[in-house]
Formats: sequence, structure tokens, C-alpha cells
Amino acid sequence: MLSFLLRRAGLMIVILFFVSIIVFSLVNVLPGDPALMILGQEATDESLEALREDMGLNDPLVMQYFAWVGDLLQGDFGQSFRDNTEVSSLLAEKIPITLQLTVMSFAIAVLIAIPAGVISATRKGTLWDSSATLFALSGVSLPPFWLGILLIFIFAVTLGWFPPSGYVPITESVAQSLWYMLLPAVALGVRLSAELTRMLRSSLLEVLGSDYIRTGYAKGLLERAVVYGHALRNSILPVITVSALQFAAFLGGTVITEEIFNIPGLGQLLVTSIQTRDFPVLQGAVMFMALAVILINFLTDVLYSILDPRIKLTGGSQ
Amino acid sequence: MKNTSEEYQLQVRGLEVGFNNKKNFTQILNGVSFNVQKGETLCIVGESGCGKSLTSLSIMGLLPESGGIRSGEIRFEGQDLTNQSMKEMSKIRGNEISMIFQEPMTSLNPVHTVGKQIAEAVRIHRNVTKKEAYERVVEMFELVGIPSPRERVHNYPHEMSGGMRQRVMIAMALACNPKLLIADEPTTALDVTIQAQILDLLNELKADLDMSIVMITHDLGVVSEMGDQVLVMYAGEVIEYTDSRSLFDNPKHPYTQGLIESIPKLQGKTEELPVIKGSVPNPDEMPSGCRFSTRCAFAKQECFVQSPEEVGTEDHPVRCWMYSGEWQKMTPFEGGESNDNSSSEAVDRQPIRD
Amino acid sequence: MEQSQNLSVQKPKAQNPRLRMLKTMLERLLQNKLAVFGGVVTFLLIFTAIFAPWLAPHDPTEQNYSAVLQAPSIEYWFGTDNLGRDIFSRVIYGAQVSLQAGLISVGIALIIGVPVGLISGYYRGFIDEYIIMRMTDAMLSIPALVLALALAAVLGAGLTNAMIAIGLVLTPNFVRLIRGEVLAHREKEYVEAGKASGISDFSIILKHILPNTIAPIMVQATLAIAAAIIVEASLSYLGLGTQPPNPSWGSMLATGQGYLDSAPWIALFPGALIFITVISINLFGDGIRDMLDPKMK
Repeated sequence: MLSFLLRRAGLMIVILFFVSIIVFSLVNVLPGDPALMILGQEATDESLEALREDMGLNDPLVMQYFAWVGDLLQGDFGQSFRDNTEVSSLLAEKIPITLQLTVMSFAIAVLIAIPAGVISATRKGTLWDSSATLFALSGVSLPPFWLGILLIFIFAVTLGWFPPSGYVPITESVAQSLWYMLLPAVALGVRLSAELTRMLRSSLLEVLGSDYIRTGYAKGLLERAVVYGHALRNSILPVITVSALQFAAFLGGTVITEEIFNIPGLGQLLVTSIQTRDFPVLQGAVMFMALAVILINFLTDVLYSILDPRIKLTGGSQ
Repeated sequence: MKNTSEEYQLQVRGLEVGFNNKKNFTQILNGVSFNVQKGETLCIVGESGCGKSLTSLSIMGLLPESGGIRSGEIRFEGQDLTNQSMKEMSKIRGNEISMIFQEPMTSLNPVHTVGKQIAEAVRIHRNVTKKEAYERVVEMFELVGIPSPRERVHNYPHEMSGGMRQRVMIAMALACNPKLLIADEPTTALDVTIQAQILDLLNELKADLDMSIVMITHDLGVVSEMGDQVLVMYAGEVIEYTDSRSLFDNPKHPYTQGLIESIPKLQGKTEELPVIKGSVPNPDEMPSGCRFSTRCAFAKQECFVQSPEEVGTEDHPVRCWMYSGEWQKMTPFEGGESNDNSSSEAVDRQPIRD
Repeated sequence: MEQSQNLSVQKPKAQNPRLRMLKTMLERLLQNKLAVFGGVVTFLLIFTAIFAPWLAPHDPTEQNYSAVLQAPSIEYWFGTDNLGRDIFSRVIYGAQVSLQAGLISVGIALIIGVPVGLISGYYRGFIDEYIIMRMTDAMLSIPALVLALALAAVLGAGLTNAMIAIGLVLTPNFVRLIRGEVLAHREKEYVEAGKASGISDFSIILKHILPNTIAPIMVQATLAIAAAIIVEASLSYLGLGTQPPNPSWGSMLATGQGYLDSAPWIALFPGALIFITVISINLFGDGIRDMLDPKMK
């Protein structure tokens, strides 16, 4: 178990190293002059040159890279081009907002997917199954920005039940905060939910055909106990793996969802940093998102080995 | 062999079971009947695909969704199981009738400890605490011969050997003192030495716990070790039914004879073993006459057209024209490759090589 | 006479096995009603995109200030937008943009991903294990939309750059897929036999390994087109894809969002089209997957 954890942690660091190279290259290898972006077209050559020297832009790229990574390792993400605020404090301010959105929509996704998947697998061929399959099929093809606009149109503009956009901090009013976040969370969660329903259905169908399910019935369990006590836990294992792989796409969805619902989270920070070419902020936000994805995948592997006792013996698979 | 119905633990009468496809119903079991007395072992023998497992699943009420009992009754202590609700059946399953399966590996849930899985069975049927249930598991482990039971209850299935897993399955099946145990090929997936141990264990437990056993097997060796009574099935029908001694001493049906001849013997010449040519016909391509006619070395023309009735004595019924009064009058089959073997003397059979 | 009859009976049976396989596959595809539906709609969309200039009743960029924010009518089937442009015509031209973006960006991903995956999987070694694989891991841990956004931002806004960005973002998926297929095939007898008889690595890869990877590539590519269309629409929504006044479903949505209360058709029609396009391609892709391997479900 320990060697498995160590190996996975090592792999994580290697991947992060590559992520840092990508993020660094995005800004520094591709054309574009940060000094020009900060000072604007009217800047004099002298002031540009002075700024470049000051920012270390005249150093060799490798040196620049190590300086940047060195700062990152100390928690220094640099300063925003716009107003010189620390990127790390910007991130710290935005992350909880995005976290609330992701947690809420993940919860919605799971709350829909588990009953939908179970009903559709245990009532195979019925109207329930067809509806769940239809939901899964259309859900995976609903991009969050289109669903978001549709939800705003129906529930905010037409019915007036929800505010069309905006955000209330959870520290200000829990109820208000949840209320404002509900439509965005649905818009973001439905796609994941459809994906999970689809996977849970096929995984559950496979498990329900297995011998130990028959054993469960043979010892006198009722269907409910068999499905929830034996089948669900086993069939959820592959679903967990795949949903971890989906996490990157899920996080990508927050960017556009925050933009549509005007939620001042990490995604909106990222979009603004792109529009204003504020590269330190862009780099910081991308680095953080990649770190989150890598960590989630790592934690999933650990969770998997806890949920499936067979993994421990083999020490994880690579 | 005459008995009043109360003495029977299990009575199966005219069981017809099949599967619903999109359009039609494919019947697999055709009028299967047998009795199991209290404390007796009945072996159901036959090749794969002859309906043995379907019979046992029908008794348990565990037929797959597309399967169904069309007619017939299954009486357990006089009570018909075929019209019990799901809920009533679940009170019987694991409690009064238990079942063990062929694959002890896949029959246990890989993500729960074996102790938890057996304790669950105990707690469904007995109003006991978790702790008491675990005590019962330990007790059962001792009974089925699992060493250091207190530690073993915390093992996961994959941490045990095949033989140990089958012992776990037996412990689970017997945890609530069932009156009837259905064992579906319990030794097939095991090594030969382990097979003998498991069979001995079952025989021992049967005597200790005073239960009846229905043993499904394709292996006549198992029958000779276990069986009081033997039911030979072929293509969904009972073709011969008697006590195991008579079966080995005086097999009547050509199929049974073939099965017995294909057992390797320790003494004697090392000639090629006779085998029964061909395989069990598909349910939708069933011969219109005797179902064994296509593989039978003795078949006469009528055999291919008309299905034989059950004949023979009450203690030893057999479904074959050879033992009916009409056999001598029937027309020998012409044109088959095996018709030179028209002698009705079973002992004189030539081995048919595959 | 009898012989020739025999022959004519025998012939269809001894038919080219590949042809027969293709036939049963096609039959399987046609039995899948959803896949047929998806295929037909996809085909109609392609048709619409190609013949947009003839199908569109109006110039998609022509502004008409006397007909601003008009509801759907006989003259303007899907209504008009805030600048008096015909939504129906813009949606038709938008199909051009979306399909083009889907096809070209997946094409870019294939052009880079296939050779890299083939070579990486065939030669294995340090570069494969520690550079290429970890690089794909890294790229896949950055959300696709975020990476595409960042790339598009650095390359500059516009449809061409957006397509390049999406293509690059999709590449690691293909590298991994193809590498996995190569690993599965490179130990097979026919590859070993080829090596033993002195055929060059290049022709082993091209003639023996590549054909075996085509089926999974086809499936993945179809589904990737749907994903690429979504990313392009997202980039356009955020102003980094197709630039105004050119019509694109994503940018139409962005405009329409501001008029949901007064002129909801501006957003609803392009949104519905995105949904229909994506679901059709997905259904078709699923159908192809089931056709090639019914067990893969």
C-alpha cells in the first residue's frame, strides 16, 4: 500500500513538472511580448526595455523557467499585470466560489445518476429504463453553456423562480447563496449526471448478472438488499474511475458556466485574465486547475483501493 | 417406495420450465417429477444442457427473468413453492432451502469479508445481533473445517483457496440449519483431492444436521459417493430414476449405460473409452420422437417418431421403448451408420468411437 | 451443367470474407435506429453546410435596421437579431463554421496524434514512457476548454487559431488510443513474423499495425468531432473563436443571452442546433462503435 502511494505520488510530481512546462511555454515560447502588454502600444522603447530587464525577460528561457518554478514552489504565483495584486491571493479568493459550484453540481449529478442508473438497470426494458436512457443520451450532448441559457430562459426569465445570474457569498446568506447557485449547478451537473447514469447502468447490469448476486438471492435477500447491499457497491467502482477521468472536463465546464451566470469564481478569473492578457493570473489559474485534476485522480486511486479489497494485494495497477 | 406425501421433504410433479424469447416460449424442462425423502440424497445426473441446473433454480425460485414455470408443482413439506410470492420465497431461501454453486470464486461478493456475507444470511432469518451472528459464523467455520475460524471470518474471498471458498459457501448455506440443501456441481471447479474432501464433508454434515440434499452433477463418481437416489436427465426429461445401487448394477436406458461405460475403470484393458456420440440437441431442434433417438445405438424407426412413455417398475422407471411391450414389434432402423448394432442385449454393445 | 450450378451456389458462400463482414456490420448499423437517425441528421447538416449559399434566404451578415429583433415570421423563419440579421440564414452559415471546426480540428489531432502514437507505441523506450506519455498525462490534466482557451488567447482570436488550438488539445487522446492499440498488436505473431522476414519497421507499422487501429480511431474521431464542436462554440461564446460579423452558433448564443426576455429566438435556435448536431454525431459514433464491436458497449 505504501509503495503504491509513493509510486503514485512520484508520478504526480512528474506530471506536474510537465504541466508547468506547458503553462510556462504557453506564455513565454509563443509569440507576444509581456512588457508590451503591460505598458501598451504607446510605451517608449526605453521603458519597455527597462521592464523586460526588471521582469527577467532578457534571461535565457531556461533560467526564466526555473525562476518561475522556484517561486511557484514557495507559493509565489507572481503578481497580476493589471493591478499588481498577488495571484495567490486572487486564487484564494476565487477558489471557494468555484468549489461551491463544483460540489453542488457534483452532488446534483450523483443524486440524479444513482436512482436513474439503478432504476434503469433493475427495470430493464421498461418505460423507466427508456426514459433514463433518453436522459443519458441527451444529457451527454448538452453543452453546459446551452443548458445554462435554456435554464435561465425557462426558470429565470419566463417563470421568474430563480435569479438569472449573480452570486451571493455563502458567508452572507447560506439560503441565498444556494439559491443563486442552483441553476448554474444544474447546468454544469446534468452532463456529468448523464455520463454517470450511462456508466452506472451498464456496470450495474453486468454486476446483476454475476454469480454472487444469485448467491445473495439464494440466502434469502430481497431485491432491495441485493441491489443496494451488494450490486451497487461493486458496480460503482468502475463509475468512480471514469468520473475521476471526467473531472477535467467537469472543471472546464465551470469556466463557461461561471461566465454565463456571472459567478466571480476561478473560471471567470481565467476568462478575464485571457481577455486582458494578464498572463501571471492565467498561468496561476491553469496551474491550479491542473493540480486539482491530478490530485482528484490520485485520491480516486486511493479511494478505489479502499473500496476494492482486491487492489491491496496487487499493489495497484499501472 | 410408496410414501405418504408428508414424508417427502420435496416433491416435484410434472415440472415444465422454459424461456420467453421475443415471440415464443422455448420449453426446456418437460414434465420433470421426483421426490426427495427426509434425510436422503438425490443426485440429478446428465450432460450440460440437459436441464439439471434449471431444475434446481426452479426449486429455489431463482429462474432468470426470461424464464418461467409453465406448469407443474414443487412441494416443499407439502407447500407448493411455485405460487409463493417473492417475499415468501425469500423467507424460505437460505433458511429452509439453501443452495451452493459450482464456482465458489465468483459466487462470493469480492468486496465484502466472508464473515460479513455469512452473518448477513444469519441476520436475515434469525433475530440476532451482529455479534451473535458472527459467533454463529465462527461456529459454522469450525463445523465445515475451516482452520483458525476467528481470523478467517475477516478474510476476503480472494484471500482463500478454492476449497476453502467452497467450505465458506457451505457454511453460508447451512448457517440457518436448512432442511434441504441444493448443491449444483459443488466440486466441478475444484482439484480432485479437494473434491473428495468436500463430498465427505457434505455426507458428514448431512448426517449431523439431518437434512436432505439434491446434488446436481455430471459426474457418476459423485453419484456413487453421495447418492441414495439417482435421477438421470436427458434433454429436459427424466429418463431413468432409481436408487444408486440399482443404477450402477442394472442401468436400463441406453444413455445411462453409455454414461456408466464411459467411466474409466482401474482394472481391465486400457482400451479406448466408449463415448456417446454427438451432443444434447438444441431445445428448438428437439427430435419429435425419443429425444435420445438421434444418438441412440439401438433406435428403431418408431423411436424417431413417437416419444416413449415412462415404463419399468415403480422403483425403477425408465423412458425407453426397449422396455415396453411393443419393442419386439417395432421396425429396425435402416440407413443409419450404427444400425448394425440392433441387438437388444445391452451388455453386448460395441463401443462407439467418436 | 450440374457442376456450374454447384459453382453458382457455392460462390456467394466463398465470397470475400471482408465483404461479408462489411455486410453484417452494415446490417447491424441499420438495425440501430438511433444510429440511423444520427447518421441521417448528420448528413443533412453536412448538406446544409455545403449548400448554405443556396439555402440561406438572406445574407447572414446583412444588417437591416428596419427589422431589428423581429419574432419568427414567414419572411424571417427564425426571427432577426439586434442588428436585424436573419437568424435562419445565420444558423445555416453557422453549421458551416461548426462542422468545419469539428472536422479540421480533429484532422489536426489525427495528423499529429496518429504518427506519434504509432511510433511511441512501436519503439517504446524512455522517450515513450517518460516524455510522450507524461506529456499526454499533463495535457489531459488541464481541462480541454481551459487549454484551448489559453492557446487560442496566445495565438490570437479567430476561427483558424481556434481550430489549431482545439486540434492540439484533442491530440493526446489520439496518441494514447493509438499507442494502446499498437501495444496490443506489436506482440502478435504476424508482426513477429514480419520482423523475422526482414520487413522494415516502417512498412510493418504502415501495413500491419495501422490497419488494425483504424476501427477504434474512427469511433474516437467521430465522438471527438462532437466534442470539438462544443469547444468551438464555447470559444466563440467567449469571443475567442469566430469573429463578428461572421455567424457562429456560439457567438449567436452570447448575443442572444442579452435578449432572452425580449427576443429569446436569437439564442434558442442556435442553441437547439448545437444540441441536435452534437447528439446526432454522438448517436452516429455510438452506432459505429457497436457496429464494429457489439461487445464494446
